[in-house]
Amino acid sequence: MTSYIIRRILMGVIIIFLVTVMVFLFIRLLPGDPLTIYLNKTDMQQLTEEQLFELRVKFGLEKTLPAQYIDWLGGLFTGDFGRSIYYDIDVGLLVRERLPVTLYLGALAFIISGVLGLSFGVICALRRGTWIDTLVTLLANIGITMPSFWVGIILIYLLAVKAGWLPVSGFTSPFTDFWKSTRQIIMPVTCLALFPIASLTRLTRSSMLEVIQQDYIRTAWSKGLRERLIISRHTIKNALIPVVTVIGLQVAFIFGGSVLIETVFNINGIGRLMTQAVQNQDYLIVQAGTLIIAIMVVLSNLTVDISYGWLDPRIRYD
Amino acid sequence: MPPLLSVYNLKTYFHTYRGLVKAVDGVSFDINEKEIVGVVGESGCGKSVSMLSVLQLISSPPGEIVDGKVIFEGQDLLQYQPKGETMSSIRGARIAMIFQEPMTSLNPVLTIGRQLTEGLEVHLSMNPQSARERVVELLRLVGIPDAKGRLDAYPHQFSGGMRQRVMIAMALSCNPRILIADEPTTAVDVTTQAQLLELMQDMVVRFKTSLVIVTHNLGVVARYAERIYVMYSGRIVESGLADDIFLNPLHPYTIGLLKCVPQLGETRKERKLVPIQGLPPNLINMPSSCAFLPRCDRARDICRQKPWPSLELIEGQHYVACFRDGPETP
Ligand SMILES: Nc1ncnc2c1ncn2[C@@H]1O[C@H](COP(=O)(O)OP(=O)(O)OP(=O)(O)O)[C@@H](O)[C@H]1O
Ligand SMILES: [Mg+2]
Repeated sequence: MTSYIIRRILMGVIIIFLVTVMVFLFIRLLPGDPLTIYLNKTDMQQLTEEQLFELRVKFGLEKTLPAQYIDWLGGLFTGDFGRSIYYDIDVGLLVRERLPVTLYLGALAFIISGVLGLSFGVICALRRGTWIDTLVTLLANIGITMPSFWVGIILIYLLAVKAGWLPVSGFTSPFTDFWKSTRQIIMPVTCLALFPIASLTRLTRSSMLEVIQQDYIRTAWSKGLRERLIISRHTIKNALIPVVTVIGLQVAFIFGGSVLIETVFNINGIGRLMTQAVQNQDYLIVQAGTLIIAIMVVLSNLTVDISYGWLDPRIRYD
Repeated sequence: MPPLLSVYNLKTYFHTYRGLVKAVDGVSFDINEKEIVGVVGESGCGKSVSMLSVLQLISSPPGEIVDGKVIFEGQDLLQYQPKGETMSSIRGARIAMIFQEPMTSLNPVLTIGRQLTEGLEVHLSMNPQSARERVVELLRLVGIPDAKGRLDAYPHQFSGGMRQRVMIAMALSCNPRILIADEPTTAVDVTTQAQLLELMQDMVVRFKTSLVIVTHNLGVVARYAERIYVMYSGRIVESGLADDIFLNPLHPYTIGLLKCVPQLGETRKERKLVPIQGLPPNLINMPSSCAFLPRCDRARDICRQKPWPSLELIEGQHYVACFRDGPETP
């Protein structure tokens, strides 16, 4: 078990390394020069060649690509994410400021989608063929097909612009003003959670229905157990095995979704920071953001693999 | 003394897309106290469905028990809700079942101990500790080595034969009046098969339980069953004491079955094993005449003209549903 986890962590490190290499290269393949964008912003177009070169040296852009990469990687180990070209401040500072916002929204969306998706799926399976099953399954099918940013725009139009119930956009820390914060995050969290809820509902439902027909469930009935016990003890754990994989994938989905949703709702999280950084060719921010997302995804996959072992004793870690 | 269990005219149908499957179509049988009864028939003739119907374990839809009575200890079990309290208090506690597939009949994610103790906790209100002690005792009884150490093992850590032993222990744990073993030995090798059958026989004697052995293997019932029911296409076509069936088989299907069983001490020259010609009938849209007719080598005109005959007493406890050598025209 321990050696398995160590192996998986090593694998994860390799994956993260490859992701950073790819992002490092791809963002630099984009046409344009980050310095030009920076200079446009700061109105310093009249610089001499020497001054330009000095700036390049300041941001480490004069070196070869491998050298730049190694600089960056070395910095990471000392907790230094480098300096943003566009904002001209420490990337680590920006990340520390923006990441909690994204984590907060993402965690809420993740928990809500887990709780609702699993409950809906179980209820549908137990009430198979009734109106409630039909309705929830229909909604889940619709939920799966709707792009989250589009739902966001519709929600803004209906709930904020037309009805005026919720603020159009923005984000306030829940520690500053809890009520205002909650009103602001209702729509973005809904958008982030919508697809995960829908897909978890569908998967849990079909997994439950599959398990209910198994021989061992018939055995449980033949022992004289009541339905409640059969569902809670014999069915759900088995039905969760395929669902857990998808729950793990939701982490990646929610993080990816936050890039769009934070832009739609004007929220200063890591997603929006990255979108802007791509536009500004702010290399180091894009690299830092991707690195964080890659770590999150690898960690969630690791958690999935470990929880398999807890759910399914047939899985051996060697 | 009335039988412990009497099934009258049981009919269980399945509503499928291809049509109505009359899997069990008017089956009656009795189980007496401490008796070992065999139910024999080809694959698909409705043996499992009959037994599952007794405990109302038929999944509905598609299945439906459309008619019949299941009288157990004086009450008709079919009047109770399948998921209700009364049925639950009978299943496992009064009538227990062992299933065909040892590989899939145990829950893969729960320990053997958990699966064995839960019946005791539910039916006998035992606390977890005493339930565990009782389970260790039961596992020893069915011949699981190191019973105590294996309580926390999972089903996949047991071989097929061992799992069937666990199933036997589980079924007997609450000391039921009847144990229904639905082809308990189809999935294991011949040696294990014999051991399991011996074990079950020992156990039912020790626990004073009646045993129903469901099988398509006449050799199995020959050795253990006192009475035998022969099923064909959702009905019972012949029943009687084991001697009636083996020494004086009357239904052409039973005779056919016996011809496919090798007898002990027989050499190849003396007798050939003869398979029954043709295929088992399709249970959808069956004609009203005898279902065995298309495969019967003794068919006569009356068999074609008249509906399937009902069971008729020959002598003692020997019944058969066949026109046999009766008058050509009634
Ligand atoms: N869930 C179901 N849906 C539709 N038909 C079914 C279902 N279960 C059983 N049947 C039908 O009922 C008939 C009897 O099945 P059953 O399982 O009782 O046979 P069996 O005698 O136990 O055979 P085997 O020796 O293979 O176990 C079969 O023809 C089968 O097609
Ligand atoms: Mg069967």
